[in-house]
Amino acid sequence: MSVTISSERIAEQFARLRASGRRALVPYVTAGHPSPDETLALLSGLEDAGADVIEVGVPFSDPMADGPIIQASSQQALAAGMTFDGVLDTVSRAKLGVPIVLFTYLNPLLAAGRDALTRAAEAGVHGVLVTDLPVGADAEREQWLGDGPLAFIRLVAPTTPQARMAEISQHGSGFVYLISRLGVTGVRETLPPDLPATVRRLRQSTQLPICVGFGVSRPEQARAVAELADGVVVGSAIVRAAGESVESAVTLAASLRAAIDTVSP
Amino acid sequence: MPAHDLTIPPATTGRFGVFGGRYVPETLIPALDELERAYDTARADPTFEADVEHLLSTYVGRPSPLSDAPRLSEHVGTRVWLKREDLNHTGAHKINNTVGQVLLARRMGKKRIIAETGAGQHGVATATVCARFGLECVVYMGEEDMRRQALNVWRMRLLSATVVPVTSGTRTLKDATSEAIRDWVASVVDSHYVIGSVVGPAPYPRMVRDFQSIIGREAREQMLAQAGALPTTVIACVGGGSNAIGVFHAFIDDPAVQLVGVEAAGEGLDTEHHAASLSRGTPGVLHGTLSYLLQDAAGQVHPAHSISAGLDYPGVGPEHAYLKDIGRATYVAVTDHDALEGFKLLSRLEGIVPALESAHAVSWLAAQRGRWRADDSVLVCVSGRGDKDVAQVSEMGILAP
Repeated sequence: MSVTISSERIAEQFARLRASGRRALVPYVTAGHPSPDETLALLSGLEDAGADVIEVGVPFSDPMADGPIIQASSQQALAAGMTFDGVLDTVSRAKLGVPIVLFTYLNPLLAAGRDALTRAAEAGVHGVLVTDLPVGADAEREQWLGDGPLAFIRLVAPTTPQARMAEISQHGSGFVYLISRLGVTGVRETLPPDLPATVRRLRQSTQLPICVGFGVSRPEQARAVAELADGVVVGSAIVRAAGESVESAVTLAASLRAAIDTVSP
Repeated sequence: MPAHDLTIPPATTGRFGVFGGRYVPETLIPALDELERAYDTARADPTFEADVEHLLSTYVGRPSPLSDAPRLSEHVGTRVWLKREDLNHTGAHKINNTVGQVLLARRMGKKRIIAETGAGQHGVATATVCARFGLECVVYMGEEDMRRQALNVWRMRLLSATVVPVTSGTRTLKDATSEAIRDWVASVVDSHYVIGSVVGPAPYPRMVRDFQSIIGREAREQMLAQAGALPTTVIACVGGGSNAIGVFHAFIDDPAVQLVGVEAAGEGLDTEHHAASLSRGTPGVLHGTLSYLLQDAAGQVHPAHSISAGLDYPGVGPEHAYLKDIGRATYVAVTDHDALEGFKLLSRLEGIVPALESAHAVSWLAAQRGRWRADDSVLVCVSGRGDKDVAQVSEMGILAP
């Protein structure tokens, strides 16, 4: 019964934003960082600061797509005993009004069992994004994710050829996550100059909302991305701030929100 | 909790049975496509094959000899033959692969080479071939391994490679591999990642196997010429598994030849400190490939342990996982303690100081007296020489010289 509701929540959120001419703020947190309790406070704080969708990272021992900040947060979360079901428990207890996307590597997701997606939906998760499961990599597991109760969010990279962009979009739902640059997650000083062209190419290949992430950390960068895309993902900068205090992360989110909202419809 | 059935074969290529695949960030998919096309084109080009063979014979020193081992034979009670990869330039089998991959990178117009290394043998082999062709070379190495293998760090720097210490996670091969992949995701346009073993996403396991299969092709001919028969058993150590797949491959279609891979049992298979992914692991995904993996029930990768930095990896090549599951190869494990005995034994009986990795294979063989008839022939791959390990073993003070 929750099948349609979970996966469609994200689409509904973007439709609502589009109707009011707004862009989405999509912060990322590593579940269990800096501690399980602080994650709870962080999730509520981010919602209050104006997040439209929140990505919740499932910590993994070997996060090969992540830079030093998210690596360290994952290690810290694992050391604090965070597990897949611990992540779901945190989401469930947070009782947020905004959609939640699990951000995970394949191995901990597979280890969580065949019913992991159903359990996630029941806990209040609406979408899932698997960093190391590109389109065409594993038909069996991609079907499991595609047929499950969660929106299956796929990634597009600056290196992705145009024809493959279309293929990726066909196999995903919720939104398309555009990796802004070559490399791993992290805080960067500038946006890549070819980003507008990449977003334009992707627009031609998909009807889904486009969210851009990797390296977006400051309000002016968020504003520049919001000029191009439907949503702005901010990961490492939020995680770094959360490492200082929940309050710093929430303050950062509020300033990102304000910057994004200066973009005209 | 119902588990995923990882035995259902996914409908994609780049697989060995269910194992292998391409579980990588999207950014790398076009690069892996490009690499696969370039590799398949190169393989079909006689010029490429001639270039590889030229370097292997005039620079690496191939073919490597097949030595008879009279005193070890007497000790084991059967005829033992040693495939001498320790006599290659740079002291191990690793250079067979780096020659092939660096020549391929040149064809692809890549100017910068990335590598990971555990014991340092693959890093040295990569730095060597890069020096030969004037290519920039960056080697990622765990801080812990840099300490254990200081001499190889010095050699790589002498060869003008940049050695980057990896301080994340367990500070060993696993984390060095993650760090090399992170570099490659950022530098994929102008860099080629030379993986050192038959691991990683497709096409690496197949490509590295092909470059290493020279070991078995030579050994098979040499056995027929020198021993007059194929071996009863072929034995090789397995970390990622490149020397093992290299020596096994030419014998896979000889059903009478038994293939034995020897993993690192570290402090014992019943402890948490070993590197025996095939003996004790379960299927999972790490570094782009589905294979046996040391992991906990939550899918978090368990740190590996071995006295030998080159075997200290929690995963294993997907083709070994396949050979295990179809029963074509058998995998056993030898402890740190017994590997040291193998190290000493080959030194004393044959005047050959093996790498600690290869010493695992020697040790297993030495414990099998009575397994074979006196006129059987057993082939052991001596994957590398032990010079790099002498300082580490002498510092332990547990092996009287």
